[in-house]
Amino acid sequence: MSAVTRRLPRLWWLGAAVLVLLAISVLRVVTGAEDLASSGTVRATLIALVPIMLAGLGGLWSERAGVVNIGLEGMMVLGTYGAGYFGYHYGAWAGVAGALLMGAIGGLIHATATVVFGVDHIISGVAINIIAVGAVQYLASLTFVGLPGGGQTQSPKLDNVGSITIGPLSDALGEVEDQNIFFVSELAAVARAMVTNLSLLVVLAFVLLFVTYWVLWRTSFGLRLRSTGESPSAAESLGVAVLRYKFVAVLISGALAGLAGGFLAMVASSNYRDGQTGGRGYIGLAAMIFGNWRPGGLLAGSGLFGYTQTLGLRQGGTSVHALLLAVAVLAIGLAGYQLWRKQVRLAVGILVAAAALITVYAAIDVVPGDFVNITPYVVTLLVLAFASQRLRMPAADGQVYRRGSAG
Amino acid sequence: MTNLDPRLQKIGLGLLAPVLALVLAFLITSLVLVLAGDPVGEVWSTLLGVPAERNVANILNNATVLYLSGLAVAVGFRMNLFNIGVDGQYRVAAFVAAVVAGEAWLPGAANTVLAILAAMLAGAAWAGIAGVLRAKRGVSEVISTIMLNFIATGLVAYFLRRVAVREEGSNDIGTKEIPEGSRIPGFQIGEGSTTEVYGFIFLAALAGFTYWFLLNRTRFGFDLRATGKSTTAAVASGISVTRMTIVAMLLSGAVAGLVGLPLLFGDSYSYGSTFQSGLGFAGIAIALLGRNHPIGIAIGALLFAYLDEQSNPLQILVGVSPDIVAITQGVIVLTVVISYEVVRRYGVRLEQHAVARALEAGRPTAGDKEEEARA
Repeated sequence: MSAVTRRLPRLWWLGAAVLVLLAISVLRVVTGAEDLASSGTVRATLIALVPIMLAGLGGLWSERAGVVNIGLEGMMVLGTYGAGYFGYHYGAWAGVAGALLMGAIGGLIHATATVVFGVDHIISGVAINIIAVGAVQYLASLTFVGLPGGGQTQSPKLDNVGSITIGPLSDALGEVEDQNIFFVSELAAVARAMVTNLSLLVVLAFVLLFVTYWVLWRTSFGLRLRSTGESPSAAESLGVAVLRYKFVAVLISGALAGLAGGFLAMVASSNYRDGQTGGRGYIGLAAMIFGNWRPGGLLAGSGLFGYTQTLGLRQGGTSVHALLLAVAVLAIGLAGYQLWRKQVRLAVGILVAAAALITVYAAIDVVPGDFVNITPYVVTLLVLAFASQRLRMPAADGQVYRRGSAG
Repeated sequence: MTNLDPRLQKIGLGLLAPVLALVLAFLITSLVLVLAGDPVGEVWSTLLGVPAERNVANILNNATVLYLSGLAVAVGFRMNLFNIGVDGQYRVAAFVAAVVAGEAWLPGAANTVLAILAAMLAGAAWAGIAGVLRAKRGVSEVISTIMLNFIATGLVAYFLRRVAVREEGSNDIGTKEIPEGSRIPGFQIGEGSTTEVYGFIFLAALAGFTYWFLLNRTRFGFDLRATGKSTTAAVASGISVTRMTIVAMLLSGAVAGLVGLPLLFGDSYSYGSTFQSGLGFAGIAIALLGRNHPIGIAIGALLFAYLDEQSNPLQILVGVSPDIVAITQGVIVLTVVISYEVVRRYGVRLEQHAVARALEAGRPTAGDKEEEARA
C-alpha cells in the first residue's frame, strides 16, 4: 500500500496543529461553547498533558528497547514521593532530581527483574505497581508525619519551580483574545498561555520530548537501542551489548515516569498526596500506543487525552458535548473516504456510528463527567480495535532475551 | 539429592521454590525496615503471631475473596492469557448482582442464584470484550483489560448514580439492600468471636474444585492447557485457537464475577461507592504464588489475608505503618517468579548430571529418562 511508504511532509505537525485549532474555532462558533480554547483551557491542557506525555516518554524508551513497562504507574507514584521528600527538604529543583531518582529506582527494579533475571515483563510491572504504592505509603508515614501540614497521606506544601511570564505580551494577547475574532482569538489564547505563567517544568518536558526523538532516531546510540527492541539477536551478533542497552533504557524510562509523578506533585498540585497519579501512568501507556510508539504520535495522544481531561474539569459537560459534534463530523468525513476506497460496509458502519453520535448530541445538553473521564480509554480501545493494522510496535517488544541467544 | 527417589526429589524441588521465595521476600522486607530504622524483631513478632479467633474469621473472609480473584487470573494463565482486568470485571459483576438481588424479582434463595448467575454473566461479558479483541483483532489482552478496568469504573459510577438510593445519615450512595431471605448466612467459629465467616467460602471451594476438574479431567481442559503451552501444537490437533481464547477469557471473567459477591451477600448487602477495589492485582500475585494450582492458590490467598490482618495493629503496637506488608506482597510476586526459574534450572542441571553419571557407568538410560519426563 502506497500510504505506508509515502512519508509525511516536513513540519506536518505544524499544519496539523493549525488544522486542529481551526476546527476548534469553527466548533466554538457553531456550538457556542466558549471555553473550548480560552487561554485558561490551553494552560490547563498543558498541565494535564505533561504528566501523560512524560509517562508515555518513559514507556517509549523502555518499549523501544523491547521491554514492556506497565510499571509506569508505580514509577510515577515513586516520583510523587521523591518530589515531596526532596522538594520539601532541599528546594524545588532538588524535588525534580528526587522525582527522577525515585522513578529511576523503580526502573532499576524493573530492569533487574526483566533484563537480568528474565522475569515476564507484565508480572514485574504488576509487582512494581504493588510495591510502589506500599512503599510510598510506608515512607510517607515514616517521613511526613509531624511536619507542618504533612501527614500519612500528604507532604507539607512544596515550592514550585519557577515559571516564565512576559507581562506586556501577555496583556496584549489577552486583549486580542477577548475580541472574540474567529481563529485569531484562539491563536492569541494559545500564544498567551505560552507567555503567561509557563512552568519551567513544562518547558523541560517538551525539551525532553525533542531530546528523546533526537537521541533515539538521530544518533547511533539510539539506533542500537532500538535494534535491541526490534531484533535483539541480530543486534547481539553485530556486537551490541543488548542487555546493557535494555538496562539503561529501562532506567531512563523509570526516571521519566518519576518526573511525571514529580510534575503532578509540584506543578499540577502543591504537595505530594496519596493516590495522586490516578492511573495517569496507564494513560501515558495508552497515549504511547495511540501514537504508534513514536514521539510525535505520543504528543498528539497526550494532547488529546490531556485536552479531554481538562474539558472534563472545566464545566466540561458543555465543552465535551460540543466535541461530540466534532467527532461526528470527522466520522462522516472518514465514511466518505472509505466509500471512495470502495469499503462500503465499513463506510456504512461509520455512518451509523456518526448518526448515533448526532442523535446523542441532540438528545442531551451535557455529557456526564463519568463519560468524560473514560474517554481516553475508550479512544485507545477503538484505535487498537480498528487501526491495529496501522500500528507497529517494536518487533521484539515484551520478549525476554537471554545473552547468547544469537548463537 | 542424587540418591533420592526421583518423585521425592520432584516434590522437594517443588516445595523449595515457594519457600525460597518467601525467605527472600522476608529478607528484603527486613532490609527495608532496618534501613528505615524501624524495629525489625517487633514487626515480625507482631506479624507472625497466632491470630485471635476474631482475626481468624477475618482472614478466612479475606482469603475467600482473594482466592476467587486468584482463580480467575489462573484460568487465564493456563491459556497463556494475562487477565489484568479482574478488577473491572468484578466491579461490573458485583454492581449487576447487587441490582438484580436488590430488585428481588424472585423470592429467597432463587433470587440469590439468579444474582450469582447474573454476576458471572456480567463478568464474562466484560472479559469477553478483551477476549474477542484478542482473538479477532490481535489486541494484547493486557492493554485492553487495563483500559476496560477504567471504563468499568466510570460506567459503574455513572449507573450507580442513576439507580442509587441514599443511605440514611450518610453521603454514601448504594444500590437497594438485598432482602434478608436472599442473603448468604455466615457461621461463627469458636465462642467469643462476633465476626462471622462468609457462607460464600463453600461456594469458593466449589469453584476451586470445578476449576481443577474442568482443567485436569476433561477434554476441554486438556485443549485449553494445550493451547496455552503451544498454539501451533493446538492447531495441529484441530483446536480452534480463536475459540479457545474467547472461551478462556469468558471463563476467567465468569470467575472474576464472583470476587465481589462474598462481601455483597455476607456483609454489605448493597453495592455502594465505598466498595472494595484493587483485588484483581492481588489475584495475579496469588495465582503466581500458587502456581495456578487450586490448593496452591488457596495457600497463597490465606497467606496474603493472614499478612493483611496481622499488619493492622502494627501502627498501634510498634508504631510502624502497616503498608510495609504491601511491600512484602509485591516483593513476593517477584521472588516467586525468580525462584521458580532458578529452581527449574537447578532441577534441569541435576537431571543432566544424573544422566551423565548413568551414561558413564555404561548403562544407557536415556530411554528411561525420556519415559520419566513423559510421565
